[in-house]
Amino acid sequence: MSDKTIYAIYDDDYVLLESAKHLVDKGIHIRDVFSPFPIHGIDPVIGLARTRIAMTAFIYGMIGISLALTGMWFMMIHDWPLNVGGKPNFSLLTNIPSFIPVTFEFGVLCAAHGMAITFMLRNWTLPGFKGRNPYPRTTDDRFVMEIHAADSDLSQEEIKSFINETCVLEIDEK
Amino acid sequence: MHKEAAIREPLILGSPTYSDISNDVLHSIEHKPTKLWKVLMVIATIAALWGVGCILYLIGVGIGTWGLNNTVGWAWDITNFVWWVGIGHAGTLISAVLLLFRQKWRMAINRPAEAMTIFAVFMAGTFPMIHMGRIWMAYWVMPIPNQFGSLWVNFNSPLLWDVFAISTYLSVSLVFWYIGLIPDFGSIRDRATRPVQKLMYSLLSFGWTGNAKAWQRFEEVSLVLAGLATPLVFSVHSIVSMDFATSVIPGWHTTIFPPYFVAGAVFSGFAMVQTLMIIVRKAMRLEQYVTIKHIEYMNLVIIVTGSIVGVAYLTELFISAYSGVEYESYAFINRLSGPYWWSYAIMMTCNVVSPHLFWSKKLRTNLAFTFIMSIVVNIGMWFERFVIIVTSVHRDYLPSSWSMFYPTWVDIGVFIGTLGIFSVFYLLFLKYFPVLAFNEVKSILKSSGEQYKNMSDEEFKKLHPVFKKDIK
Repeated sequence: MSDKTIYAIYDDDYVLLESAKHLVDKGIHIRDVFSPFPIHGIDPVIGLARTRIAMTAFIYGMIGISLALTGMWFMMIHDWPLNVGGKPNFSLLTNIPSFIPVTFEFGVLCAAHGMAITFMLRNWTLPGFKGRNPYPRTTDDRFVMEIHAADSDLSQEEIKSFINETCVLEIDEK
Repeated sequence: MHKEAAIREPLILGSPTYSDISNDVLHSIEHKPTKLWKVLMVIATIAALWGVGCILYLIGVGIGTWGLNNTVGWAWDITNFVWWVGIGHAGTLISAVLLLFRQKWRMAINRPAEAMTIFAVFMAGTFPMIHMGRIWMAYWVMPIPNQFGSLWVNFNSPLLWDVFAISTYLSVSLVFWYIGLIPDFGSIRDRATRPVQKLMYSLLSFGWTGNAKAWQRFEEVSLVLAGLATPLVFSVHSIVSMDFATSVIPGWHTTIFPPYFVAGAVFSGFAMVQTLMIIVRKAMRLEQYVTIKHIEYMNLVIIVTGSIVGVAYLTELFISAYSGVEYESYAFINRLSGPYWWSYAIMMTCNVVSPHLFWSKKLRTNLAFTFIMSIVVNIGMWFERFVIIVTSVHRDYLPSSWSMFYPTWVDIGVFIGTLGIFSVFYLLFLKYFPVLAFNEVKSILKSSGEQYKNMSDEEFKKLHPVFKKDIK
């Protein structure tokens, strides 16, 4: 009974943001917020750390660049050096200018796809998954806070009365 | 609250609520197709089938059925390839470069422009593939081991760079587009009433939740993808231009090609976005979201890129005379006054002269005029590629082998076919996909919506009270 989920449903992003600030001031922990579009400024209020997904893109990009250079070195310099128009392939260093375009393209390819796959796995959104938003309208025009009573020292009634001070549309429990 | 300068015109007209925006954009998905859509679909399908027929005939008979000859080895096929790739540049430019510059007007047009990009690059890819003649050998452009032949592919060749550039561009654009689509598919899934529709959009939405962390990641991913896609856009058409620039054909062998091709690509891409958006906003009643201001902004981009293209043409002309190289000068004298003078004249008029009409505010905010201009620019850009390709090769170093290029019905059929296939894809997109990134449009409602635009803080607080005690 103690860990009931309280959903506070709002009809505006600005009202939710200001209410969240108010509730956090009162010592309530907001576990999550569901909204149809990103609410700018909500992350520090509910204590979300910055995502590290951009760093993964850098790592994937570097992997792509190394793979491309190694591959081209192997194919063009080591395994079967081509001599086209009297311009042989002697070493990676002398040949590198003409390897730059493919290196760049392959780096971008790996960075973009790697990051996209990481994004989907980390969000746990993959083909065939069911939506896990609490109410269907949170993808249209409803903005919902998810609060767990067990996360703070306040009782459920106290939390609800604090939420009720704000212009909430509806409070729901599940 | 983020506020925008009062002097900026609103980007969302009227006073729609969040759910009005969803309803307006999703109207086409949730209702039966209109008569106009059906008529266009029938025409597009006929053209597409004709094109598929021509392609199959071409593959069966060989590329001898094109008008190519010993002297003119590249003509309509590569013209069409470069034309389609060029068109495919606006979408990613709008979604990536304008995202990096924080331009809010991109919200309403990025989705349809990216769709255009992807379908245009599909069409572009068709031409080099069918030009191979034996299309079933197309996988030979991939770096595959020696058992398939005696050699690896040549990584020193721009033609191979092109394989990597175009395929990277296509797949990265597709990923960028799809990630943007996921939240919108989520909205459709949650609204759908018919079971099949619900199932389809549920699959497409990947189970999107829309919680704070997901949105945080979403924004970061969009930003990084934009950062990756921006140099990618510039690299792709630069590499396409190197297909020509690294050869020793007079008229092709110029260092100005990469920037000149990129500017030309953006120029033609924006023109195509105008052609499509002017029809779409009217037919789908989205005038509230794709406003005259959006059209005007795009026309401004057309002026800028059109001017760059103009400067490039004139520079090229000057340098050919100034270089003192007989063959180089002749290539340009031949363009101006040779048998293809008319195509050079069309290119100069459509691309250099016509965009400057947009300096007049009256003309660039006029829809009918913009529509006609967008078609003019696309014709001009097609002729630009035709001029560069055919006039440079049809009179080569050996006067006895000079010849002309005459397209056959297969040349024409394949081109019309790609227009048809493109239209079929685009019409399907308009019917089954959210045409605008409506969830992103919602996010600019408070900063750029007409209703909120010039509201004072007091009025805003009265409209959206935060605490119950403040009411009354």
